[in-house]
Amino acid sequence: MIAHKSLKIIVTFTLALALLPFNAFAKADPEAEESKEFNPTDMIMHHIGDSHGWHFFGEGDSSFTLPLPVILFTEEGGFVTFMSSEFHHDTEGHHVVEKDGMRFVNYHEDIYKLGAGAETVEFDEEHNVLNASKPWDFSITKNVAAMFLTVILMLIFFFGLAGHHKKNKKAPAGFNNILETLVLFVRDEIARPQIGDKKYMKFMPFLLTVFFFIWITNLLGLLPGAANVTGNIAVTVSLGLFTLALILINGNKDFWQHTLWMPGIPTFVKPILAVVEVLGLIIKPVALMIRLFANITAGHIIILSLIGLIFILESAGVAGISVPFALFITILELLVAFLQAFIFTMLSALFIGMAVAEHEHH
Amino acid sequence: MEYLHIGLAALGAGLAVVGAAIGVGKIGGSAMDAIARQPEASGKIQTAMIIAAALVEGVALFGVVAALLGVLTTPA
Repeated sequence: MIAHKSLKIIVTFTLALALLPFNAFAKADPEAEESKEFNPTDMIMHHIGDSHGWHFFGEGDSSFTLPLPVILFTEEGGFVTFMSSEFHHDTEGHHVVEKDGMRFVNYHEDIYKLGAGAETVEFDEEHNVLNASKPWDFSITKNVAAMFLTVILMLIFFFGLAGHHKKNKKAPAGFNNILETLVLFVRDEIARPQIGDKKYMKFMPFLLTVFFFIWITNLLGLLPGAANVTGNIAVTVSLGLFTLALILINGNKDFWQHTLWMPGIPTFVKPILAVVEVLGLIIKPVALMIRLFANITAGHIIILSLIGLIFILESAGVAGISVPFALFITILELLVAFLQAFIFTMLSALFIGMAVAEHEHH
Repeated sequence: MEYLHIGLAALGAGLAVVGAAIGVGKIGGSAMDAIARQPEASGKIQTAMIIAAALVEGVALFGVVAALLGVLTTPA
């Protein structure tokens, strides 16, 4: 039988939730406001995509946005730099920024350099741009700024831990203790079992960096107003390329022989097997990249959709269902943040271990 | 008819979810059986279960990514 105290809590909570739908009937006259149709797709893409300014809340000119530098490299004019606030929150390609005689617009967070006499970017039916060109965009966008934040956090944490070890011989206390436990976790559960006791030390810096970078970035992405860094395919493809580079550089003779000219197989099968093995070599980091990207993006889309449901159905009572669900999903995302970092690091260690493994010869 | 591609993409994502659910369900079931047989090994079994579940989810999310591509990159 449920205890008396918990029963009181459950009944109070349920009554409170039951009162929420009545809030929906007390809404003000909707026709009086500007009728801007709520588009959930746009809202979701805005939150999971990259942008040139860091937008926190609000709309248009009254929004709270952190302007970030826009750095462009054009063929004629060289480097052009300005702050994203010069676009005045316009992402529809209307506001033109003039620098050094060149005119730039921001269309859906892509910056175009307008051709002569053009006032806005025009597209044909296949969405090819007609009257503008795209300069090389090296801007500090929201994702880049968020990555810098993660890097600064990691530098602070780990220089702190190393500094402690330079001064004391004893085990660290407090936060340093947690960090050291995690570092030892990566070493003893990921690096040593997969790569082997003789060679794991060489790869520990990479594995530790990747593990903590992905975990901290995933966690920061769950905060309100944060950037979705690992949900950006460009970031994950770079991480996958690092793993691929390590595999290719550190593959020893046995690894390459097994990949390209597998011994112990009839000769006419060897070329086919070589093609399959090379494909597998490339697909493994690609799988790493897609797994991380899809997991994090899917989590963000679920949370945003649940909250967006309140606006699609235009009723505040839906919040009684949406917010607890979104809370549950957010807690699950905390687990996913750690798990994806762990899986990425473990599979990288596994692939590197396969590349440097010593085989006994028959 | 103009929203057919969105419907099909959603259907594809649903199929991917079915695959993920079957896969992770089997992993969870085997893990339960193993823990029931040997409760003292439950730590190792749990770790292996989480790893296998994350790998299966990864494959299912390839399907979700393909569905997202179907919805988002259509000629308007």
